[in-house]
Amino acid sequence: MGIPGQEKLWDKEEKGHRTYNDIRIFTDEQLKNYTEEELKNFKPKHDISLLGELEKGPWPSFVSDIKREALHRHKLGQENLMIPAEICDDLLGVVELSYKEGETHWKHGGIVGVLGYGGGIVGRYCDQQEKFPNIAHFHTIRVNQPGAKFYTTDWLRGFCDIAEYRGSGLTNLHGSTGDLVILGSFTDQLEPIFFDLTHDLGNDIGGSGGNLRTPSDCIGKARCEFACYDTMDMCYEMTMTFQDELHRPAFPYKFKFKFDGCPNGCTASIARSDMAYIGTWKDDIRINQDAVKAYVAGEIPPDGGAFAGRDWGKFDIQAEVIDLCPTKCMQWDGKKLTINNAECNRCMHCIDAMPEALRVGLDQGVSILFGAKAPILEGAQMAVLTIPFMYAKHPYDNIKDLVRKVFDWWIEEGKNRERIGETIQRVSLKKFIEVLGVPPMPQMVKEPRSNPYVFFKEEEVPGGWTRDINAYRARHPR
Amino acid sequence: MSKGKLGYYNPQKPQENRITDIGPCHYGQMLPPVIRRNYGKWVSHRILEPGLLVHISETGEKAFTVRAAAPRLMSVEHIREICDIADQYCNGYVRFTTRNNIEFILEDEAKAKALIKDLNSRKHVAGSFKFPTGGTGMGMSNIVHTQGWVHCHTPATDASGPVKATADVLFDEFKNMRLPAKLRIALACCLNMCGAVHCSDIALLGYHRKPPAIDHDVLGKVCEIPLVVAACPLYAIKPITTEDGKKSVQVNVEKCMYCGNCYTMCMALPLADKEGDGIAILVGGKISNRKSMPKFSKVIVPWLPNNTPRWPEVTNTVKRIVEVWAKDANKYERVGEWAERIGWEKFFEKTGIPFTEKSLDDYRLAVDTYRTSTQFKYTDHAWAVSKAVGGI
Repeated sequence: MGIPGQEKLWDKEEKGHRTYNDIRIFTDEQLKNYTEEELKNFKPKHDISLLGELEKGPWPSFVSDIKREALHRHKLGQENLMIPAEICDDLLGVVELSYKEGETHWKHGGIVGVLGYGGGIVGRYCDQQEKFPNIAHFHTIRVNQPGAKFYTTDWLRGFCDIAEYRGSGLTNLHGSTGDLVILGSFTDQLEPIFFDLTHDLGNDIGGSGGNLRTPSDCIGKARCEFACYDTMDMCYEMTMTFQDELHRPAFPYKFKFKFDGCPNGCTASIARSDMAYIGTWKDDIRINQDAVKAYVAGEIPPDGGAFAGRDWGKFDIQAEVIDLCPTKCMQWDGKKLTINNAECNRCMHCIDAMPEALRVGLDQGVSILFGAKAPILEGAQMAVLTIPFMYAKHPYDNIKDLVRKVFDWWIEEGKNRERIGETIQRVSLKKFIEVLGVPPMPQMVKEPRSNPYVFFKEEEVPGGWTRDINAYRARHPR
Repeated sequence: MSKGKLGYYNPQKPQENRITDIGPCHYGQMLPPVIRRNYGKWVSHRILEPGLLVHISETGEKAFTVRAAAPRLMSVEHIREICDIADQYCNGYVRFTTRNNIEFILEDEAKAKALIKDLNSRKHVAGSFKFPTGGTGMGMSNIVHTQGWVHCHTPATDASGPVKATADVLFDEFKNMRLPAKLRIALACCLNMCGAVHCSDIALLGYHRKPPAIDHDVLGKVCEIPLVVAACPLYAIKPITTEDGKKSVQVNVEKCMYCGNCYTMCMALPLADKEGDGIAILVGGKISNRKSMPKFSKVIVPWLPNNTPRWPEVTNTVKRIVEVWAKDANKYERVGEWAERIGWEKFFEKTGIPFTEKSLDDYRLAVDTYRTSTQFKYTDHAWAVSKAVGGI
């Protein structure tokens, strides 16, 4: 809970909570130090005629935004910044150069970090340091985002001050894995940033390298009626339990947890995480028959109104729900909707289409899938359904036990830079489930194998592998 | 917060006052009161207009969510403006979505509508919107992406630039909900895919086309040669001693598929090259389990040039795909579901995207993609084959 004993440090609804004013670096005058007119007339240090083209068009322009930060830094002045005041100018300059030359100007790697941790900071150096000395270093600090990326502005403004005073003032909200990312810091500022983050914001950094990467979650029960377990609580609890694995790389390669509250999968855990937790249920879909009738009568728009931008005609429950059900387990007789729940595979289509009439079941838990990854090296993989259902209740001891089995095995068995999906592919799913201590189930495969090259264990075949050629020849002369 | 070069950090006593392993701030303190009161009690939701959702609780309370786009590369000046808006309208609470949208949660519908008006009135001095609202329902949500030339050492293209150019072209689809299903676009600037775009409706993927250049002068000194050799998935790298006696490696350029895994292991094997690098387009992936199982995206354009600053070849192709899909697909059909229903031959016919020999898989398990059936539809591609063998 952040700093022990300070669990409500930033809670605006609690008396005596910490505010931005308690920790701020910049004054109001420093924050509002340029006019719209100055911004209009502002020319960054280097020519950016190619990048300038990306200031046009309606979508928010990152170029306009970087220019704004460049001006703000100029006006703050070097005396108020620990990182070069012209860092954004040089960044625009080097990116413009890449736009001209079609090649990146960032060097390969660079090992930097904070004491006692092996992850969370990614070193980056420019290969055009003479031309662009202000971006000689441009390190990334991954900051472990609070659950479902909710913030108070007090906390976020504090984050901004650190990112500007000791970084380039540029960030990613958010990195692909989910972290808040401070871009463009120098090596001597990494420890001070870490101290500020932990002492003042009460927040740790995230993962990088061969460790547990920063876990991420969907909004879950905070604002979604589909969530089948408390994604935010579970993500937080698992993050805290496995802090050591997160900060100190001991794995063959990266390992990602992602928490999706339902099979719609807003966090993309099935495509992106080594261990995907996807909410599901094992009782019946709840039906409000009056609301079904209201959908049929056109009184409620399908999919919560998601189709409102085009005239798709009257809602047709038969064509749009019953016939599109992948298992054909639903029926509508004109008065009543029935679902054969034993045949339902919980794809979510009917619930998505009629959220005011249908609800996920009440006996809820998670399905656990393993091994998703992007193409490098053996090709992209999606996660394989391994555990069909598990209750997911705080403090998730049953699931933590499973995680420990997986880690222990993979640390031992995995090769350098091999994701667990590739390890499973190499040693077989059969071996993996043996490690987990679970029996095989047909749900693990799309279809049974079509090649008959089945491996048997020696003890399964009477007499074992030891053969006697003389006995054989006694029966079958040469 | 601390000030000065070292702040709270004392290099003489680096362990002094060090706090570690505290994890993220607890989410509970970051939740708006309406969310706290109704946590786990939500019953249903509606999209009232593009960019405006209402969630209804069993307590009868409602939470109105206003969604706006953001470039994920964001300055602190931009974030501070988001904070100013959140202070003014949302009592100092704000959140972000997995796809880098900004979400403001309110308790009052009129106030939410005023916020939408305010957000859409804010523009950068050069004219682009700062916080256009939308990204809901059957439209395009924000395009997720990677770092590109702004920050990464392996990219085959930029990230923020092609994303901005593509989002400009599809801006109306972010603002409206008139597509047959959700449209999820993602960009990764190399095969490492820190953006994991491989299950997107449309994926833009940076792709190198030249084998690595070899820096013989340093390779043996800065890299572990056995690890470099082992890094190649196609066994195209072998150790050599150069004519002037340096330990290095040789790359069999016939075998190389430019994946860059050797460069990840060794800085002396760079791949970046202006003529070689560009963008591949993949389509038809999804991560949701809705109706059909999650799907991978499939390569439909093997390579297009990095025509900076606006990548017109890429954006034109993407726009074409979206237009044809929007017109042709059934209600609820994602791009991949549509292509599977009409058949991929029809996808290529309808979009006019050329099907070349590069679209025939020749990597591992390629045979899984071969059609082993007489079920096909006639298109010009088929007639061309029949003609070529003298069949017609």
